Amino acid sequence: MANEYVKKVAEEKYKYGFTTNVYTEIIDKGLNEDIVRLISQKKGEPEWMLDFRLKAYRFWQEQKQPTWAHLRMPEIDYQAISYYADPTAKKADEGKKEIDPELMKTFDKLGIPLEERMALSGVAVDAVMDSVSIKTTFKERLSEKGIIFCSISEAINQYPELVRQYLGSVVPYRDNYFAALNSAVFSDGSFVYIPKNTRCPMELSTYFRINARNTGQFERTLIVCEAGGYVSYLEGCTAPMRDENQLHAAIVEIVVMDDAEVKYSTVQNWYPGDSEGRGGVLNLVTKRGHLRGANSKLSWTQVETGSAITWKYPSCILSGDGSQAEFYSVAVTNHHQQADTGTKMIHLGRNTRSTIISKGISAGQSENSYRGLVRVGKDADGARNYSSCDSLLLGNRCGAHTFPYQDVQNATAIIEHEATTSKISEDQLLYCNQRGISTEEAVGLIVNGYAKDVINKLPMEFAVEATKLLSVSLEGSVG
Amino acid sequence: MKTSELQYIELFRQCRQMLDAGSTPVLNALRDEAMAAFERLGLPTRKVERYKYTDVPAAFAPDYGLNLQRKDIPANVQDNFRCDVPNLSTHLIYSINDVPQPSPAAASTFNTFDETSGGIFIGSLAEASRQRSELVALYYGRLTDLQDNALAALNTAFCQDGIFVYVPRNQRLQQPLQLINLLRSSVDMMVNRRLLIVLEEGAEATLLLCDHAMDTVSFLTTQVIEVHCADNAHLNLYEVEETHTKCHRFSNVFIQAGRDCTVTHNNLTIFNGLTRNTTDVVIAGENTEVTLNGCVVADKNQHVDNNTLIDHRVPNCRSHELYKYVADDAATGAFAGRILVRQDAQKTDSKMTNANLCASTEAHVYSQPMLEIYADDVKCSHGSTVGVLDTQQLFYMQQRGIPTEEARMLLKFAFVGQVIDEITLQPLRERLHYIVEKRFRGELSKCTGCALCK
Amino acid sequence: MLEIKNLHATVGGKEILRGINLTIRDGEIHAVMGTNGAGKSTLCNVIVGHPAYTVTEGSITLDGQDLLAMSIEERAHAGVFMSFQHPIEIPGVSMVNFMRTAVNARRQALGLEPLKSTDFLKLMREKRALVDIDNRLVNRSVNEGFSGGEKKRNEIFQMAMLDPSFCILDETDSGLDVDALRVVAEGFNKIRTEQTSAIVITHYQRLLDYIKPDVVHVLLNGQLVKTGGPELAQQIEKQGFDWIKEELNA
Repeated sequence: MANEYVKKVAEEKYKYGFTTNVYTEIIDKGLNEDIVRLISQKKGEPEWMLDFRLKAYRFWQEQKQPTWAHLRMPEIDYQAISYYADPTAKKADEGKKEIDPELMKTFDKLGIPLEERMALSGVAVDAVMDSVSIKTTFKERLSEKGIIFCSISEAINQYPELVRQYLGSVVPYRDNYFAALNSAVFSDGSFVYIPKNTRCPMELSTYFRINARNTGQFERTLIVCEAGGYVSYLEGCTAPMRDENQLHAAIVEIVVMDDAEVKYSTVQNWYPGDSEGRGGVLNLVTKRGHLRGANSKLSWTQVETGSAITWKYPSCILSGDGSQAEFYSVAVTNHHQQADTGTKMIHLGRNTRSTIISKGISAGQSENSYRGLVRVGKDADGARNYSSCDSLLLGNRCGAHTFPYQDVQNATAIIEHEATTSKISEDQLLYCNQRGISTEEAVGLIVNGYAKDVINKLPMEFAVEATKLLSVSLEGSVG
Repeated sequence: MKTSELQYIELFRQCRQMLDAGSTPVLNALRDEAMAAFERLGLPTRKVERYKYTDVPAAFAPDYGLNLQRKDIPANVQDNFRCDVPNLSTHLIYSINDVPQPSPAAASTFNTFDETSGGIFIGSLAEASRQRSELVALYYGRLTDLQDNALAALNTAFCQDGIFVYVPRNQRLQQPLQLINLLRSSVDMMVNRRLLIVLEEGAEATLLLCDHAMDTVSFLTTQVIEVHCADNAHLNLYEVEETHTKCHRFSNVFIQAGRDCTVTHNNLTIFNGLTRNTTDVVIAGENTEVTLNGCVVADKNQHVDNNTLIDHRVPNCRSHELYKYVADDAATGAFAGRILVRQDAQKTDSKMTNANLCASTEAHVYSQPMLEIYADDVKCSHGSTVGVLDTQQLFYMQQRGIPTEEARMLLKFAFVGQVIDEITLQPLRERLHYIVEKRFRGELSKCTGCALCK
Repeated sequence: MLEIKNLHATVGGKEILRGINLTIRDGEIHAVMGTNGAGKSTLCNVIVGHPAYTVTEGSITLDGQDLLAMSIEERAHAGVFMSFQHPIEIPGVSMVNFMRTAVNARRQALGLEPLKSTDFLKLMREKRALVDIDNRLVNRSVNEGFSGGEKKRNEIFQMAMLDPSFCILDETDSGLDVDALRVVAEGFNKIRTEQTSAIVITHYQRLLDYIKPDVVHVLLNGQLVKTGGPELAQQIEKQGFDWIKEELNA
């Protein structure tokens, strides 16, 4: 019954697949040292920043793209991509202009109004399109508390000491191939600084949008939370429908000091490609938090529904004694999407704790892998980890995989991992149908129930959005 | 290519004639192909996913002697060796290094394919291939995956003899077969051991393989076991390694099972130096049940790496895995298990469990249970734990007056005992409980079986 | 004789026992009753030496020996036995092996030879008959898969095997129906000698119908606030603890 249903349901169109017609200055395709210098120059960066980029670029050149993930990665021609696209630039004959109304409209349409009076209550937004931050809301109100929330480009010029101290301290440019690439050419992203004993009064959020054709987006975000601070941060992403792959290679770094707490949530809805697997964003991301302080806390929550390929392992280094880390993930793949995602929990301090809850949902002909590492170092006495990885398969042409790695070198550590695989049973569907619920709705309900543990970790406004997104992503997928 | 590989390639070229002369055409036939694959692949480094926990090239780098001339090694096995498992009435056969020994009376009836013993053959692989070359050629090297597996390829290139166990259609080995592999040498020695097991339709057999070392030199052993289970065949295969800290063992077990089979492989590493056991199972027929178990007791600098793959190719099969490790001192225990459920393998029921006790801060435990699933109507799960002894259980035992150390010991036996309890052969089960207890009490410093060690 | 003087104890930094004084002479049975969280289980655990509890002040002696200076197993060898409220399961450790180890550890502490295997099995048989425990249970792993009643009966069986001089029955009645309770209590009565003393922790009179206390104490908020005869237990059964609290406040 369910299989027939698949064939019946028409393909759902990607709701965010429109393009914005705005003049965008795009630099020439290709990657070399001159391009790196050009990006740095366009951003008006200080010399040390350019040095950082050039070192990263030289390192990247010596590296090979990794192949260990369970992904069939299309070959990426790094010379066929433009590394900088600025939709706020003016044509030569134009005078000084305000933000193009087209851009404001775009974000309105995405449900991210940039007018503060229209904004979601209690959420400050940094809106990034292609390589440039368009606008950051509520900056002034936050600065009253000493909180810095601005684009990373702005931070490099305005708060060079802070940025210089922390940038690359959690994810060094040598970390991996894509991290090196990002460090060389990163464009925009957000910078957050929470001073000592300060509780950020509103949710902070960055919205990433890829618009221009044949460009890559290289987001770079840095969050520093000083002792006793607290912040909840959310990132969202979409892109237009295009036939060719678009590259998104990001780095997020988080530093958490004594007794501080950071919650980082992602609702990732990049264009996944069409039902035949054409186009879509290649989402190659390095995200890592360093729990430097004693009793610090970091939690990653991600709802991954988009992208043609997701390669992403938001990780935690638990150095501070008594630090606690969490990773909650729902990853949905449909059609020809491929995801290889999970986390790393590196326990170094004493009495550190980590929790991993991962829910993979695969449909269509997609491949969905959980890959995770739990490492307990020699000195991490009393470390605890609990991991639970569940996979739900919708149909028998998809794959659901679990690749956990545990590496323990301490006699007092307790590590538990479990994984299960299940499907939506015909009985469950029948039961729902009998109660008058359509199969389509029933699948939505069941999948949302399955993912509930994770969705509940999101800030409320976004939980609602994520719930809808899950149902939409799976439309036409039941099997 | 590094020196680790070069010495074997050189040796092969120089001694090709000698290798052939000491063997038979069936075995010689695969030599060139195997060496070509080895040259192409090289020894797997830790960058190769399946070998990330064991440094293979380092183990193969030293200079070992090989007995390619098939010289007799003086060892009066019957006098010097007493079986570890009394009361287990078995066919007993011995192999010294990679040379099968003339069988004692009990088993000698089985080395002629004779009709009076149901056509069963147990004995020298080379001998079997002389008597029934077409039969041995049908099976020898068919499961070894030469093109992908450098260690199996190396073994195949140098293998001159081994043990062949053949149980024809609807025949049954009435008694368990015990194969005692003795390592014996006065100089550091490389041994390339081979075991070919063929169970035809409806055949049944129970095998116990025991590894012992009689001399204290370094040994490097490669072992390839190929197991063909035709439809409705039933096999219990137990391996017990009790060697010493200078023994390096690289074992590759390939099992292919047809329809309605039950196959159990139980791998116990009680005492060793460096061990890498690779177990690959292909389930090619429906309604088959496969069990892979293992237990590891490691301390000092011992290193044990078990790597398994169960490939579910057809629907309606079951597989279970239970591996338990206790790693103390500076020991390394690694487990990586992969369950692959292919698209057609609906209704697969598979469960993998790996539990570890990391008993010291110098010890290192790696656990990597993997599921790779392409069919939706399956019941698959895995669990893995690294933990400490239960403090509440310890408290309860202490309240009953059991000293702390004794209580810890009892809990450790109980922990690995779960794997031993799965053994259906009662005398073996009891004996192994006893050996493991002795092992934990530190009364077992080397192998127990041989007179030389005592 | 067990003597507890001015006992203060904490768990996780929180003070639970706040000055307990209690003397139990040989052959006496003392019931300790009290509300949830009053410190009853803490008292038991401190006597046997549970590592989670810290004694901050006071002393416990058994026949003049300082229990607090001893390890858990040394206390057991000195004759302390606790029947646990929730006996833990120990998969893979057989009852026979477990009891043999425990019996011989105590014998060794007392300077006796270990029991010969045949003598040990004979002892098992005798004691099993005494408390009427199924042979089937004795052949299993410790408490594994036992029902609630079987677990409690197994505690009494172990008590019989180890021949303690001082017993703690920590809510032995919890989770038992009347019939099971009777069997367990009668088992205890059969194995105790004139010298055996005990603390019986309970919420209810019904256990005390079978195991008759000489003295009844009320433990509230970490202190023994009232002591009486068996009639005190009956009064608590009827009226609860509130009247005692009111008395205290008055």
